Amino acid sequence: MIHIEVNGKRHDLDVSPDMPLLWVIRDYLKLSGTKFGCGMAQCGACTVHVDGEPTRSCVTPVSSVSGKKITTIEGLDASGAGRAVQEAWTAEDVPQCGYCQSGQVMQAAALLAQNPQPTDADIDASLSGNLCRCGTYQRIRKAVHRAAGMMAKGGKR
Amino acid sequence: MKGIINISRRDFLKTGAAISGGLILGLHLNLPESLAAGQQAAALVPNAFVRIGTDDMVTIIVNHSEMGQGVYTSLPMLVAEELEADWKKIRVEAAPVDPVYNHTAFGMQMTGGSTSVWSEYDRLRKVGAAAREMLIAAAAETWKVNRKGCRAEKGVVIHKSGKRLRYGQLAEKAAAMPVPSDIKLKDPQKYRIVGRPTLRIDSREKVNGKAIFGLDASVSGMLTAVVAHPPVFGGKVKSLHAEKARAVAGVKDIVQVPSGVAVLATGFWPALTGRDALEIVWDEGPNAKLSTSGLREQYAALAMTPGAVARKEGSVDTALAKAAKRLRVEYEVPYLAHATMEPLNCTVDLRPDSCEIWVGTQFQTVDRNAAAAISGLKPEQVRIHTLFLGGGFGRRANPASDFVSEAVHVAKAAKAPVKVIWTRENDMRGGYYRPLWYDRIEAGLDEKGGPVVWKHTIVGQSIVAGTPFEKALAKNGIDNTSVEGAADLPYAIPNILVDLHSPSVGVPVLWWRSVGHSHTAFVVESLIDELAHEAKKDPYEFRRGLLAKHSRHLGVLKLAAGKAGWGTPMPEGRARGIAVHESFGSYVAEVAEVSVSPAGEVRVHRVVCAVDCGEFVNPATIRAQMESAVSFGLSAVLHSEITLEGGRVRQSNFHDYKVLRLNEMPEVEVHIVHNSEKPGGIGEPGVPPIAPAVCNAIFLLTGKRVRRLPVRPEDLRHA
Repeated sequence: MIHIEVNGKRHDLDVSPDMPLLWVIRDYLKLSGTKFGCGMAQCGACTVHVDGEPTRSCVTPVSSVSGKKITTIEGLDASGAGRAVQEAWTAEDVPQCGYCQSGQVMQAAALLAQNPQPTDADIDASLSGNLCRCGTYQRIRKAVHRAAGMMAKGGKR
Repeated sequence: MKGIINISRRDFLKTGAAISGGLILGLHLNLPESLAAGQQAAALVPNAFVRIGTDDMVTIIVNHSEMGQGVYTSLPMLVAEELEADWKKIRVEAAPVDPVYNHTAFGMQMTGGSTSVWSEYDRLRKVGAAAREMLIAAAAETWKVNRKGCRAEKGVVIHKSGKRLRYGQLAEKAAAMPVPSDIKLKDPQKYRIVGRPTLRIDSREKVNGKAIFGLDASVSGMLTAVVAHPPVFGGKVKSLHAEKARAVAGVKDIVQVPSGVAVLATGFWPALTGRDALEIVWDEGPNAKLSTSGLREQYAALAMTPGAVARKEGSVDTALAKAAKRLRVEYEVPYLAHATMEPLNCTVDLRPDSCEIWVGTQFQTVDRNAAAAISGLKPEQVRIHTLFLGGGFGRRANPASDFVSEAVHVAKAAKAPVKVIWTRENDMRGGYYRPLWYDRIEAGLDEKGGPVVWKHTIVGQSIVAGTPFEKALAKNGIDNTSVEGAADLPYAIPNILVDLHSPSVGVPVLWWRSVGHSHTAFVVESLIDELAHEAKKDPYEFRRGLLAKHSRHLGVLKLAAGKAGWGTPMPEGRARGIAVHESFGSYVAEVAEVSVSPAGEVRVHRVVCAVDCGEFVNPATIRAQMESAVSFGLSAVLHSEITLEGGRVRQSNFHDYKVLRLNEMPEVEVHIVHNSEKPGGIGEPGVPPIAPAVCNAIFLLTGKRVRRLPVRPEDLRHA
């Protein structure tokens, strides 16, 4: 049995310890917001938070996160940074196909939680591991700055 | 919006009231005849496209797939405009497969060719207008007044006396009103939705994880399958040992299908583990010797010989002999994978008398017919639920229906509902690439530096050869998708020859965002730049001089050059390149500001983009699509290529098939031309100009002409 805590809820799972967290989340917990893109930590579509750290769940064995607090996109709006990012993303009309955006949003929320006023260089460093084939990068950058501004004003626009 | 759901129309007719919480506008219109497969769409069937609930919610059923290009916003805008709907009360539903939802130009249900807005421009406005008139008629009857005294505004019908009824209050009665036969569309001057920048309707669910893509489909009792594909295109299983795979915990079944061997399991991970434990010996077949270097040699030799003539004006041989200056060059671009962020996948529930499919597809009719043929069912027994597409770019519009067919085969062999998930490696190596192209051009200038001759030989596989699209898209040995953007060269040159070789190669090819233009614009706009430099003329002025008869090309060219500050000084180490191209009925010019490091690394800092797509619906979509197109095109300029050796695709995932990342994204600035020309496409036309614009700037910076993509830093090193 492996015990994990996802979005504040404890799960006891009888799964192979080497199963990547991504597939536990998708196939066992039936949370489909976290996406499969590459399976080798190259695209960031599977990004979740493990104890607040942005983590590529496609290469994270479930046994390695036993007992840790995991947040997926479905649980993100419980955090101030998460809500700000989601609101900024919508206001900047960021998504196109949208498939990578769960991962982008998770990565950006983790960045802002740790660094509430990121520079462009900080954004490059944090978000260049998240691919977007629709090329929404320019808007992602704007939306991160916008979310930072919203957070600075106490979550108000 | 609560999310996009999808129901078959038959369910909708039976249970529509329960689902919408109201009555369906125009329910009296009988549809059964139109359900017959293959029939052309009826001119106007409002209830196929609009439903109004007693809760005032207006549901617009969209027959084009949402793959990022914004059709779930732009197409409802057309309906809402004429319907005088309250935009906040609009929701969207994906259309089921039915002839009524056929593409108005192509006679099948599909999304592609940058056609969604223009092909629905009239129909959806008429649908909205018809519904509006029915609501007004219902209000007039309720109030017992002349309908001329009533008007519709933001989801309410208002009588001149001040009486008001909301659409939700009128929906039931409106459903019984006759559909007006003479529909008057609004004066565009009075538009309050169309033409205004409108935020996407689907953003919310795409930032909170609730949007359902093909990969997220779930059917009770479903197994997940991962397939072992042959390492070489067209390979077949020679022998299979599945004991080790079968021993993997969670593996339920292993079946052979025409495309390989499928391992079915309780989830993706055991299916993948099982797949990787299969022991297969492949009969690799005739393609095992294919290599990129071999193809390049073969193509180069072909390019020296005359091909099928796509355009001929004057006499190129005489003109070349007389030209004061001649240029003879070869251009080359590689196979490219679409590499959509969502790997291919398809979910199938096959029963004795039905086949239900959940998939992100651009080709509903083709996929449905393929599923029917494989399952032995009638097309109308197959129901496709179109979910969000995690990118399409043409890959999900396959005449061969590869990923849908495979899933139906797996479901049929396993006798279980199944979701087939392609790994990234399956996806990257699965073929259906943008073809490898080899172009040879001979061009000549007269004594004054004016171009007098242009001979362009194109070599590359035909996308439509052997498909049902061949008849419509290829004529006299010319696949139009191979020569588009080249045969219609707009520059005033008296002697032109464009010819084509379409070798048959065992690598499956397909349309890739902007199709033929993805290579022809690179060649044509780079070569025009080469000629300008040969003539010692400014590349922008040189183009202007040759485009006198093409006012829309000229318009965007001038706009982009002006906004980019063409001719004004640049910071040290930067240069501007320019290109203009027409595709899919739209005209785009781009100016790229570029630098090249001493090590040869190319950096694109800013792209100024001018677009003329005629009358438009959502300028916010246009901007987003231009940004997207620049990014997509830059991946191909800077990074991406698929190569083959020993019949095997060498790339496998994003570490060796690189695409643009955030830190490489230039600032894209979009300027839209306002006019009342016929609407053109917007999803693709931004792609073609970016490669030549960037490479033309690279030439200014390094003196080196990029004639082969992607750019190779080692070739661009400079002091």
